[in-house]
Amino acid sequence: MTPDQILVIIGGLALSIWVAWYFWFSEKKALKIQAAEGGIQEVIIKVKGGYTPDVLIFESGKPIKLNFIREETAVCTEQVLFPDFQKQATLTPFKTIPVELKIDKPGEYGFQCGMGMVKGKLIIE
Amino acid sequence: MTHDPVCGMEVKSPSEYYKELDGKKYEFCSENCRNKFALEPNKYIEQMEKSEPSYRTTSYGIEKLSLPVNGLHCASCVNTVEKEIKKLPGLKAVHVNYATETAHIEFKSGETTTEEIIGAIKKAGYQTGQSTLKIGIQGMHCGSCVTKIEKELKQKRGVISASVDLGTESAIVNYIPGFIDTKVIKNVIEKLGYKAFDTSGIKAEEHHKMGEEKVKEDLVDENQLAREKEYKTLMHKFIFAALLALPVIFFSYPTVWGLPEQFQMGSPILRYIWMAMGILALPVMFCSGSQFYTGAIAAFKNRSANMHTLIATGISAAWIYSMIATYFPKIFPVAELADQFFDVIFVVVALVVLGMALEIRAKGKSSEAIKKLIGLQAKTARVLRNGDEIDLPVEEVVLDDIIIVRPGEKIPVDGILVDGSSSIDESMISGESIPVEKHESDEVIGATINKTGSFKFKATKVGKDTALAQIIQMVEQAQSSKAPIQKIVDKVSGYFVPAVIITAILSFVIWYVFGPVPQLIYALIVFVTVLVIACPCALGLATPISLMVGVGKGAENGILIRSGEALETAQKLNTIILDKTGTITEGKPSLTDVITANGFSENDVLGLSASVEKSSEHPLAEAIVNGAKNKSLELFDAQNFNAVPGHGVEANVNGRKIYLGNLKMMKKFSIDLGDLEEKSIKLADDGKTPMFITIDNKAAGIIAVADTIKPDSKEAIALLKKMGLEVVMITGDNTRTANAIGRQVGINRVLAEVLPEDKAFNVQKLQNEGKIVAMVGDGINDAPALAQADIGFAIGTGTDVAIEASDITLIKGSLKGVVLAIQLSKATMKNIKENLFGAFFYNGLGLPIAAGLLYPFVGILLSPIIAGAAMAFSSVTVVTNANRLRRFKAKL
Repeated sequence: MTPDQILVIIGGLALSIWVAWYFWFSEKKALKIQAAEGGIQEVIIKVKGGYTPDVLIFESGKPIKLNFIREETAVCTEQVLFPDFQKQATLTPFKTIPVELKIDKPGEYGFQCGMGMVKGKLIIE
Repeated sequence: MTHDPVCGMEVKSPSEYYKELDGKKYEFCSENCRNKFALEPNKYIEQMEKSEPSYRTTSYGIEKLSLPVNGLHCASCVNTVEKEIKKLPGLKAVHVNYATETAHIEFKSGETTTEEIIGAIKKAGYQTGQSTLKIGIQGMHCGSCVTKIEKELKQKRGVISASVDLGTESAIVNYIPGFIDTKVIKNVIEKLGYKAFDTSGIKAEEHHKMGEEKVKEDLVDENQLAREKEYKTLMHKFIFAALLALPVIFFSYPTVWGLPEQFQMGSPILRYIWMAMGILALPVMFCSGSQFYTGAIAAFKNRSANMHTLIATGISAAWIYSMIATYFPKIFPVAELADQFFDVIFVVVALVVLGMALEIRAKGKSSEAIKKLIGLQAKTARVLRNGDEIDLPVEEVVLDDIIIVRPGEKIPVDGILVDGSSSIDESMISGESIPVEKHESDEVIGATINKTGSFKFKATKVGKDTALAQIIQMVEQAQSSKAPIQKIVDKVSGYFVPAVIITAILSFVIWYVFGPVPQLIYALIVFVTVLVIACPCALGLATPISLMVGVGKGAENGILIRSGEALETAQKLNTIILDKTGTITEGKPSLTDVITANGFSENDVLGLSASVEKSSEHPLAEAIVNGAKNKSLELFDAQNFNAVPGHGVEANVNGRKIYLGNLKMMKKFSIDLGDLEEKSIKLADDGKTPMFITIDNKAAGIIAVADTIKPDSKEAIALLKKMGLEVVMITGDNTRTANAIGRQVGINRVLAEVLPEDKAFNVQKLQNEGKIVAMVGDGINDAPALAQADIGFAIGTGTDVAIEASDITLIKGSLKGVVLAIQLSKATMKNIKENLFGAFFYNGLGLPIAAGLLYPFVGILLSPIIAGAAMAFSSVTVVTNANRLRRFKAKL
């Protein structure tokens, strides 16, 4: 085996491990949303290739308002679905589309685009 | 001006029809209403209390206010809102109704204002239902005009806020419909000496300031526009990339086209051309393929990866290698390695972009059903207010408005017909193609079309409570729900893209280490091909797109499916329980037989029975009276009417003594029945209820009534059996009647004499036999049984379509809807499975081939260009396959 082959093997394996770590195992940063005066937990979510922020922490029992702004025209993210609540919203590009929820039971609830390629998570504490 | 307490119409006071009661004067529109009132005054007074306009000031300075509250998700939210409102001073009573999403508030007008109450609701975290009006104003010249108009508007009851903008010469007014309408707002402005005009032509970006319902409607169009625009952009991107791809392909394979010597490999001219191609690739990558990069970067930041990540990585790798090979060929030890793959970039970008464009087109068709539903909504209503007919936007129609509908017009909201009659085409809601005759006190459904007559109706459901709004909401909910089958896909799709990237890297390594010469070239080709061929979209789209088409198709046929889960379970059913009354039968008794004896004529028997029963309140009596009326028989007034409980009735008609009742009654009066008794047993065996009639103590005949079977019940049951389902009938009726009906419609297994509360238990018993059970019932009495069943089918009753306990609602009363729903669920699930199989098969087969698994055996290595084409069209195929469902036709 030539040195370049060994280099490629080591490099390839290292890169594979990094990909697995980065996409699967690395801890995602969650954003804790503070309730505003009046009790609404409100947040703006930018939609562009993904949801930013995509992991959100809320308090249970208080109204939640997610303001989605879709900053792209790609049709993938046109729909945002909350399958646990059978809720959906059509995101008009470059517009604030609010989705209101109130979750009483603590736990993790996902939201996603129409195809399930782009995902986010609501953590209720 | 006052309201008629019976029909709710506005009546000019003083009216010639009135009635005084407890010192209060009630006025009516007609003799008819006054008579109705006289019979049950309390009922109407109570009703009036409830349906008084949504605001009023009493003589004690207490104001009553009903405010719509949006976004109440749970019963406990009610407390939050109530608590917050109660903090305000001068509050008399607060009641928030969760079901109707309305807050009823009584308060002292001096101490609290409507705005403060709205503020309190907002503070609790909810929105009040309000409309926003943008109105143009002409003739404003200075800042003081602005304040003047604002002040005047804000003083009006129902105006929450008003802001006037001098620059755009317009005002934005937040108001509560029902308190005030656009016309009054305009009047206020015009009274101040300005000209107010509609700005219906306002630009799209201002639409979000409009009322909630309106926004929804406009957004659909806007989204449609955005989609159209995206399609066009993608097509332009495709054309740009495709045009540039042609010369690139031409110069990339000089040997294939047999180009002259100076253009062959290794020649300086070709190298310069390649160098130019490398530069030309940049606009293709970053203009035509811009979405790949923006999508990939955004996803990367979120630690996720998608199709864009794959394409962007693939074409970037190809470009970097090719650029080095073209510009610095000398760094490669062998000349063969200095090859370029610019053609891959051009072709892959062009094809994938084309695929995305075609997908948008196809997806537009998939969501047509819901668009059609939304388009059904009427835009305006002709409302009778203060005796005038005014045209209002449908958002401004409030409860109890009297609305006038002329032939050919759309009925704007749900309501009850109060004056006139017509036949109405309800096909758009129920799927029933034959127009339905409607008379006074019948329900009319919004969005249906009035065919023949003019009529007035009272609005009973407006805004998002209308049947149409509920249907739209249910369809949207179902389309956004997940079928259980999707769970596998969800698991896979979370790992899919990074797994593909790892596969690509490892394939590269293997080809580099073990592959044939030139290893680097092969390794790179394999790397790019693996990245490009993987199609996560086909996988992700497979279920939701079919679900969307299937649920939409159901709605078109008057079948509302609550969720993906319901759809998936419906195709697994093997037992179906049908409630008898109202499901198999009409639920209303009607006259079936008239048998005569002792020389009496049929007209005598029926006419005299009906005359007696005219005074009776028994449900069977109504059937007899209607039967006589249908034969245009003259009815007389009965004297000395007397009901004998458990037996029947007696009365004198035209001086003749009539007994009408059961066998016990006849025995009591020792009537000789002859062969009538035998005949009555036969009728009872057929599930009918026979009643004997005697005229002047002589047996005159038998009148039989029965709950008639719906015309297509028998056929539908036969179809269900043909589909291999076990059909069971359940009823509270006695065994004999139940069996008779069962025989007539072809059901062998009959559960009779089941108390309403035991129906759910009987469903459970069947489930314990290991069966997957559907229950079909009316949704009110049968709610527990519907909920217990694996699938609850609710037979719709007019405008109540969102029946909580049901999984599937059949708007049209026919049992054929059950057949259709099951067939549709089977067709949809088959479609989903085809899609999933296709997507898994494609990726499962495509990835190993792309990785070069076939090479050692048959020497086949996929070109990245072929991979790009396959990828681009795999998701289009999925959508196209789902669209085949749109042609679904039930086999009835």
